Amino acid sequence: MFDSRVAIVRFVFFFVGFVFLVRLFYIQIIDETYKGAADMNALKKVPDNAYRGLIYDRKGRLIVNNQVVFDITVIPRELKKGGMDTIGFCNLVGITMEEFREKIRDAKIYSRVKASAFIRQLSQEEAARIIEHLNEYPGFYTTTRTVRAYEYPCMAHAIGYMGEISRGQLDNKEKYGYYQMGDYLGITGIEGQYERQLRGRRGTKFIMVDVHGVDKGPFKNGIYDTSASKGQDLYSTVDIMLQQYGEKLMVNKAGSIVAIEPSTGEILAFISAPIYDPGLLTGRNFGKNYKVLQKDSTKPLFNRAMMAMYPPGSIFKTLQALTAMQMGLIDSNTTYPCNKSIVNCHAHPNPCNLRQAIQWSCNPYFVQVYRRIINQNKAASTFVDTRIGYERWLEYIRSFGLGAKLGIDLPAEQKGILKKVAYFDKVYGQNRWKFSNIYSMSIGQGELGLLPVQMANLACILANKGWYKVPHFERGLGDSGKVNPVFQEVHRTMIDPQHYTLIRQGMRLAVSNGTAWSKVDMKSIPICGKTGTAQTSSGKDHSVFTCFAPMDNPKIAIACFVENAGFGGFTAAPIASLMVEKYLNDTIQRKNLEKHMLDQDYMSAYRNKTAR
Amino acid sequence: MPQNSRQELVSRGLDWPTIMLYAAMVIFGWMNIHAAVYSGEDLSAMFSLDLNSGRQLLFVGLSMILIVAVMTTDFKFYDDFAYIIYGVVIVLLLLVLVIGKEVAGSKSWLGVGSFGIQPAEFAKLATALALAKYISIPTVKLERRMEQLTVAGLIGLPAILVLLQNDTGSTLVFSCFIIVLFREGLPGFYPGLGITAVALLVLTLLIPKLYLSIGLVVIAVAFTILVDRRQRNYIAIGVALVLVLGIVQGVDYFVNDVLQPHQQSRIKVLIDPNSDPLGAGWNVTQSKIAIGSGGFAGKGFMFGTQTKFDFVPAQSTDFIFCTVGEEWGWVGSLGLIGAFMTLLFRITMIAERQKTRFARVYGYGVASVFFFHFTINLGMTVGLFPVIGIPLPFFSYGGSSMLSFTVLLFILLKLDAHRGQMLQRII
Repeated sequence: MFDSRVAIVRFVFFFVGFVFLVRLFYIQIIDETYKGAADMNALKKVPDNAYRGLIYDRKGRLIVNNQVVFDITVIPRELKKGGMDTIGFCNLVGITMEEFREKIRDAKIYSRVKASAFIRQLSQEEAARIIEHLNEYPGFYTTTRTVRAYEYPCMAHAIGYMGEISRGQLDNKEKYGYYQMGDYLGITGIEGQYERQLRGRRGTKFIMVDVHGVDKGPFKNGIYDTSASKGQDLYSTVDIMLQQYGEKLMVNKAGSIVAIEPSTGEILAFISAPIYDPGLLTGRNFGKNYKVLQKDSTKPLFNRAMMAMYPPGSIFKTLQALTAMQMGLIDSNTTYPCNKSIVNCHAHPNPCNLRQAIQWSCNPYFVQVYRRIINQNKAASTFVDTRIGYERWLEYIRSFGLGAKLGIDLPAEQKGILKKVAYFDKVYGQNRWKFSNIYSMSIGQGELGLLPVQMANLACILANKGWYKVPHFERGLGDSGKVNPVFQEVHRTMIDPQHYTLIRQGMRLAVSNGTAWSKVDMKSIPICGKTGTAQTSSGKDHSVFTCFAPMDNPKIAIACFVENAGFGGFTAAPIASLMVEKYLNDTIQRKNLEKHMLDQDYMSAYRNKTAR
Repeated sequence: MPQNSRQELVSRGLDWPTIMLYAAMVIFGWMNIHAAVYSGEDLSAMFSLDLNSGRQLLFVGLSMILIVAVMTTDFKFYDDFAYIIYGVVIVLLLLVLVIGKEVAGSKSWLGVGSFGIQPAEFAKLATALALAKYISIPTVKLERRMEQLTVAGLIGLPAILVLLQNDTGSTLVFSCFIIVLFREGLPGFYPGLGITAVALLVLTLLIPKLYLSIGLVVIAVAFTILVDRRQRNYIAIGVALVLVLGIVQGVDYFVNDVLQPHQQSRIKVLIDPNSDPLGAGWNVTQSKIAIGSGGFAGKGFMFGTQTKFDFVPAQSTDFIFCTVGEEWGWVGSLGLIGAFMTLLFRITMIAERQKTRFARVYGYGVASVFFFHFTINLGMTVGLFPVIGIPLPFFSYGGSSMLSFTVLLFILLKLDAHRGQMLQRII
């Protein structure tokens, strides 16, 4: 009897052991859910942020840098209870007792054991002073991160700004899958356009955390960690000295200067005025400064160089002349009298041939030219004839890169205004509009809107005698030094090169002895230019000037547009000429002219608007 | 007999396989305590008394001293002083109720300087000895009602005193002696009743009361029909059915009205671990995650993340098995369970080869205590039993348990070493 009982007891022991082994086999080997749960528990992914690529100018000068800023963080649990010298600490970091209490309370609400930001973005100097004493205050730590720093406080529009990723962007996994909550990314300008290249690739560190979320060191000595790879540096086409000089000239003026190297399409300066300091939109006061800039009636955030659609005014006459010559409608000997019955004009030798018409910017002349282009008697009805002529004309004009995006390497470029036939059909009714409805365009008014960058591109076309490369900022990315082939491609206009010669001669005369102010011309550098005075419904005329220089082998093409500054030859032309001098000679000889232009203030229209 | 040859006799008579097994378990246990608390400091911290692993080493050292003491004490002492030891422990248990320190809701610690002891840990030893002493009386027959009441009293008295300390886990340990009594002739009816009661308890928790009651009635009717007409005892079956239904009703009342809220939730969590994931379910869930994440071969010694980083509560005491499961995987679990199975088998073997009833009964007492602790502790960590805080012998951190389990085992080995002399003594 007892032998069987011994057996029963032993059986019970072994049976229990067996049950446990089966149970353990199930939870340790068969059921996979526990492994994932364990990783969820104890592993934390910590991003290792990549160093953002720097931006240089064409001469290798550093424009955009990264600056290390210091955040003071606090871990509430580690604060010295009772014994902390709160007053001393407040004096050290420069906050009041109320702020201190409030920040500590917020930190405690977030987490007692995790670090939360206490003071953000201290400069190196501030941080150095504080860190020295920080060990006297347990629970406070410093962490570093980088924000953009601008070596030259200019070119805000072209560089663009960075901002924190939005909720909506985060939800768009396809496009913004790389980003995480709280990440900063380039939003506008070069920062936005080259975001992918500049940002580099973030690395990930796996660290172990305990039940409180406290760091317990790298997971498996970091074998799964990936290190961050630095972003590519952008070598830009900009000449930062020229940019800076242009911004100086545009003080108290609204408008834009765009300068391009005609042979390459490389943008040398990209100014939109009024300017703002790019440093305002980085770091701790982004939100506050952004609001101020947004509310500013002079619209400093508006990138006029590629978004403002201005009437081109008389600079458009060069296109009309070239188109008419290509069509065989006019030649160098074609003369028209300055008949002011349709449009007004100013005093100049009369009648003009084509070269003189450019030199003196004769309005009636180009009304006649445009009429010749539009009405070529291709149809019996003048309405149908106008329609046919306009369609044909559009093709030529589009070949100058108008009415569409040029494709410059900045986000949010506009197309400008170049109306299709359908537009006039809609406004006047089909076959109910003729030349008299659209003649304003002959002198660059009416249903036309050009971006300053398009105007500068026109100057390039004139400089190159009929072709352009897409204006761009990218000169080299990273160490490869390869240039995007898109920017190497030559775009030709529909105008044969020989037709440009006459126009260029007219433009040279316009500067040396024409519509431009006499001070614009320099003996040392022959500038070819075309002035424009664009009428506007809002106040005084806009002042326009496009030019290139030197006449033979041009190195720079410029469009200058100054809002409400009156006659083109007296404001835009001297500013552009100073830019030419600055770029080609580096020093300005014409100090008086420079001072005069610096002193000009054309912001009254904006100020009055604000006052109203 | 000269002193020298007597020592020789003892060491020759010792059951070395058991001692080796004991040593292996203590070393493996200490390694796991170290792994559970080690968090990257330099290795000298292993021996620091600030850490559980360092203190456990101290307890192991104390155990060595106690082993020597047990070995050098005359083997007759345990037989002769069994009741006195029992009496002293009862007094200590009473004392703890009066002047004990309350730790984590249980008033079970008796302070001695900076260290404390838990008399409840030694009560098992004393009860095993007293039980052995009583049953070894040649006239005692466990089939008799009078003797049954006496052993019930011997076991029940310390059990009730421990229960009064609010230490439910340690109280339940006393039920393990039913194995001893079964081996010594207690009618199978008693353990059968106990198993039935536990089975009913579990069924009542799992199955709605009404369905269970209907099922039981169906079983009773089926049983009545199947039994030969002449042997049918309608009264017995009727009484049994009423009794069983009474238990079902009683369990419901017991769980909802008698048990304390934390005990209720521990039982409910067993049925549905998600019923209280951050409260009572936390322990069980985290324990299973730690063990389950170990996989087949484990994460490697000191590479566990769940136990080390405090996800598992009490990871070096009651939940030490989680560290084994996480860092050594199923292979490690197999090793640990295999070690316990070997130990239990070896102890029953030793018990069976004893020439005195005292030593045999005591041997089974030792086996029963180890078995019960092993079963409840592992059952708890793998989510089969409710959370009942009792240590895993030789593995869990803790001085009182380490010392009492060591003494428990080595008294048996001492008695075993002298089993030849015992016979002489009886003659």
